[in-house]
Amino acid sequence: MKVELDLVTSAGGNIGSISRTLTRMGVPFRLMGTANPPDGSRPIILPGVGAFGAVMTSLQENEFDKTICKLVKAGTPFLGVCVGMQVLFDDSEEAPGVAGLGLIKGSVLKFNQGKVPQIGWNQIQPSNDPSWEQGYVYFVNSYYAQPASDQVTLYNSEYYRTFCAAVQTDNITAFQFHPEKSGEMGERLLTRWLTDVA
Amino acid sequence: MSLNGLCKRIIPCLDVANGRTVKGVKFQNLRDIGDPVELGYEYQKQGADELMFLDITASKEARSTVFDLVRDVAQSLSIPFTVGGGISSIVDVRKLLELGADKVTINTSAVTRPELIEEIATACGSQCCVVAIDARKRVNPDGTMPDGSIWEVLIKGGSVATGMDALAWGEECVRRGAGEIMLTSWDADGTQEGFDIEMVRAFSKLPIPVIASGGARDPESFVDVFSAGHADAALAASIFHDGLFTINQVKTELHQRGIAVRYVSTEH
Repeated sequence: MKVELDLVTSAGGNIGSISRTLTRMGVPFRLMGTANPPDGSRPIILPGVGAFGAVMTSLQENEFDKTICKLVKAGTPFLGVCVGMQVLFDDSEEAPGVAGLGLIKGSVLKFNQGKVPQIGWNQIQPSNDPSWEQGYVYFVNSYYAQPASDQVTLYNSEYYRTFCAAVQTDNITAFQFHPEKSGEMGERLLTRWLTDVA
Repeated sequence: MSLNGLCKRIIPCLDVANGRTVKGVKFQNLRDIGDPVELGYEYQKQGADELMFLDITASKEARSTVFDLVRDVAQSLSIPFTVGGGISSIVDVRKLLELGADKVTINTSAVTRPELIEEIATACGSQCCVVAIDARKRVNPDGTMPDGSIWEVLIKGGSVATGMDALAWGEECVRRGAGEIMLTSWDADGTQEGFDIEMVRAFSKLPIPVIASGGARDPESFVDVFSAGHADAALAASIFHDGLFTINQVKTELHQRGIAVRYVSTEH
């Protein structure tokens, strides 16, 4: 696969595990931060670990959030992971009053049943597009996104309720789970995305 | 009815010393059973949900081997792994996470300085802070039952009894920001007579995941620790290292008994 990526480093999180996975898969990438933002010439991955508010704050440095929104709206392929998915939405119960990127209509809510965070492997089922395989992936999340429209839901999963495990709309794809920690299934999902955007 | 597809996790534990895998009954009589990176990869192929690496000589010897090990493991594995043993500062934690560990586990250092839990949770997030509690049943010197829970905390590899109420300590760990509890029953550990169901069930009422450890014997013992003990995950060493059962055999039994587990196809 001859696609090269821009991996965003300035989303508050540890990009180590996803960069190691891309390296293992033989996918070349550049590390891009607020000082050297992506220019839209390559697909963008936004990993995010930590709190919604903290990730948004770090994205706002040098108006990086506006750059991302502009590129995504112009059609640059985009993959968000974990909190990198959540910040695509309008807001989150984790950070009342903090606006997300607003690229997908909806809110991020906290699980209100079971042990929180959800930690471990859960089954995901494709919602609208059966060409995406079902299987088990690794989650670590206290919050989940609730899109305003089911049309954008790529995968659903169950944790004391049905929740949106991934979204896809136009050039935006995002996983709530960690593909880089989900064994062979995770690598196949990354490969699928890379193939689609290549 | 609430739907919950979250799988019970099976976690092989690799005890390492000087970068090599070892194991022991009650942590004595160590036997070299090989390269931890290769063994970890083998367990990943067998269907391990996570891996635990415990550096059992870390407190006494140079730490550099564990840092090298974590870097090597992170490059070859695609499932989460936790590292523990002799971690006593946020500096150690940050370095291990940067090298690729997903979580760290702290034990004696959390008992002697509980603020370490908050420091890790604040700096790196609760999700990467696993507090290991070694516990065993206690009775008062006069034979009466103690106040609080019937278990006490042991530290320093089980060699020092603290007299602390283990369940109360678990609750304190939660308050301070622990993400998971790894609970080892010193009464069951190394016996291969089954998990300590009574202890696991008491701790599983805590609002964070509990990883049961000590006593794994056969697939049936895993059924018990999940169905009767309500554990979120179970950790074992000997039964996997000795090849008595594969992880897939354990998962097949769990699946047949209606317990949610993750299946993966085994390569070649």
